Amino acid sequence: MIALARSIGIRLGQAIGLLLAVVVIVFLMIQIAPGDAALYLAGEQGVGDAEFLAKIRADYGLDQPLLVQLGTYVGNVAQLDLGESTYFSQPVLGLILDRLVATALLAGAALLFSVTIGVALGVFTARRPESPASHGVTVMSLVGFATPVFWLALMFIVVFAAKWGILPVGGIEDVRYEGGWFGETIDMLQHLVLPAISLGIIYLAIYSRLARASMLEVLESDYIRTARAKGAHERVVVYKHALRNGIIPVVTAAGLQIGNLLSGALLVEFVFAWPGIGRLMITSIFRRDSPMVVGIVIFSAAMVIIANLLTDLVYRLIDPRIRVGGSR
Amino acid sequence: MTDLGIAIDPSVEAGGRGAFRMFLRNKAAVAGLVVFTFIVLVTIFGPPIYGVEAHKMAAGPFLGPGDDAGPLLGTDYLGRDILAGVITGGRTTLFVAAVAGAMAMGLGLVVGSLAGYFGGWIDALLMRFTEIFQAMPSLLFSLVLIYLMGPGTWKETLAIGLTLWALPARLTRAEFLRVREMEFVKASRAIGSSDLRIMTRTILPNAMPPLLVAATLLVVIAILFHAGLAFLGMVDINTISWGSIMGKNRGYTLTAWWTVAFPGIAIVITGLSIALVGDGLQDAFNPKLRGR
Repeated sequence: MIALARSIGIRLGQAIGLLLAVVVIVFLMIQIAPGDAALYLAGEQGVGDAEFLAKIRADYGLDQPLLVQLGTYVGNVAQLDLGESTYFSQPVLGLILDRLVATALLAGAALLFSVTIGVALGVFTARRPESPASHGVTVMSLVGFATPVFWLALMFIVVFAAKWGILPVGGIEDVRYEGGWFGETIDMLQHLVLPAISLGIIYLAIYSRLARASMLEVLESDYIRTARAKGAHERVVVYKHALRNGIIPVVTAAGLQIGNLLSGALLVEFVFAWPGIGRLMITSIFRRDSPMVVGIVIFSAAMVIIANLLTDLVYRLIDPRIRVGGSR
Repeated sequence: MTDLGIAIDPSVEAGGRGAFRMFLRNKAAVAGLVVFTFIVLVTIFGPPIYGVEAHKMAAGPFLGPGDDAGPLLGTDYLGRDILAGVITGGRTTLFVAAVAGAMAMGLGLVVGSLAGYFGGWIDALLMRFTEIFQAMPSLLFSLVLIYLMGPGTWKETLAIGLTLWALPARLTRAEFLRVREMEFVKASRAIGSSDLRIMTRTILPNAMPPLLVAATLLVVIAILFHAGLAFLGMVDINTISWGSIMGKNRGYTLTAWWTVAFPGIAIVITGLSIALVGDGLQDAFNPKLRGR
């Protein structure tokens, strides 16, 4: 138990160090990039004389040595201050948090969809390795891997929203809708279906294949033969003994894919006008709102690092063998 | 002096030839290779043969595919020929994907082989460095790089290549760690081969199979990345690519689905053909895993 606590402590320390490194790298990237922030800020206010530029440099600390600027920036981030958006004139972190729920909802729904259906498909086809369904999983996973998520999203809109008209085209709610919270929830879920499935189907392709490969391997192992030999019911063998081990690679992959999921969510949010962080990122780039762009990158990196940390913990919980050792 | 490292391990030669035969027996993989070759040839020779300028108005706007008055795959909101766009746009998409994939592969090879071969603090340092880049969602990172550098085909290529090298780096490292301890590497070291020679001539050929498979995957990912960036309008607007056709016509998806559908289908077919080749390579190199 102490060993577990210690290894978790070490992982936590590594995660914090990693986040710090991301902040430093992003800061340096901005410094290397061409352009003078003081000139830009002066241009925004329509004044360009040397005295005003010097005043801006002093106000924003741009006249300080690079290391001092870096120290200030890291210090601010550590206090959860990601700066102020030049477009909204509001703190960056608050603007991101306002949109976090929408993104979390989309990514969470897509993840839930892809992992549950993927594992179900994987288990089903692993028990019938030569069936058409099994080969179908292989083909589907390759097609899913090669499909641009934004294109799939647009095609879904064409078919389900425009042609059949059974689901909304975009947004997160129907602004004309007036009713109780229950009706509003249903309305929001209707808006969630297409974005979540477009994003989830890409990952479904990956997870179903992974789950099948992993289940195939586990079902061949000695302890499964033992379980069968002692007369355990096939259902118990598959769902109790095999699934517990077979699901580990899927959980690991799902955890490590969070960054890709956020990348995919960015495109899906753009297509469906889903008011999340990804859409904020794209609009901020078009507005050249640098503090916002940098803030979102750092925030996303923090999300990925936290997700990896949680995956590691879950991993230790479902697989006692790696509970203490911890190294991969 | 012949390279003793390779000579001692006869399985490499036999394995290589056997794998090639195995690959040729895999119908799906060969089909993928044929389709991909066809697509490359079409993007190279197609535009002059087809003879329609992708940027120019070819017929009336919004003509559907199969419409007698318009070209085969229809026209977009400015009356531009979609088929011409798909043929011409493939050039940019495939060029960027190939170069960005090679760039990521090269960077990954250097970082991964150094880390895996030398181990110790070099390994620790390089892997921590790799982790930093893995922590940033890759598409977001590409977007930021383009935001900082500005659009342009070479800059887009760089922005994609610089975000995708972590995967091959980790894979190369793992392979080097595995091969490093083998007998023939020790033999090569015993006869006094230099580190560079051992890395490039002895270990690398034996680490190649999984890296080749990874390279095919990387190219597919690079195609999707470039399509995504072009779709978002983050690329040079004067260059036509599969993603940019979809991006420009996004507002008309509901009235003219074909303007978005066909460039996307081109991406899916191209990506699928490359993925099939990668899958075939995987099976050929590692028959035990066939069908998984």
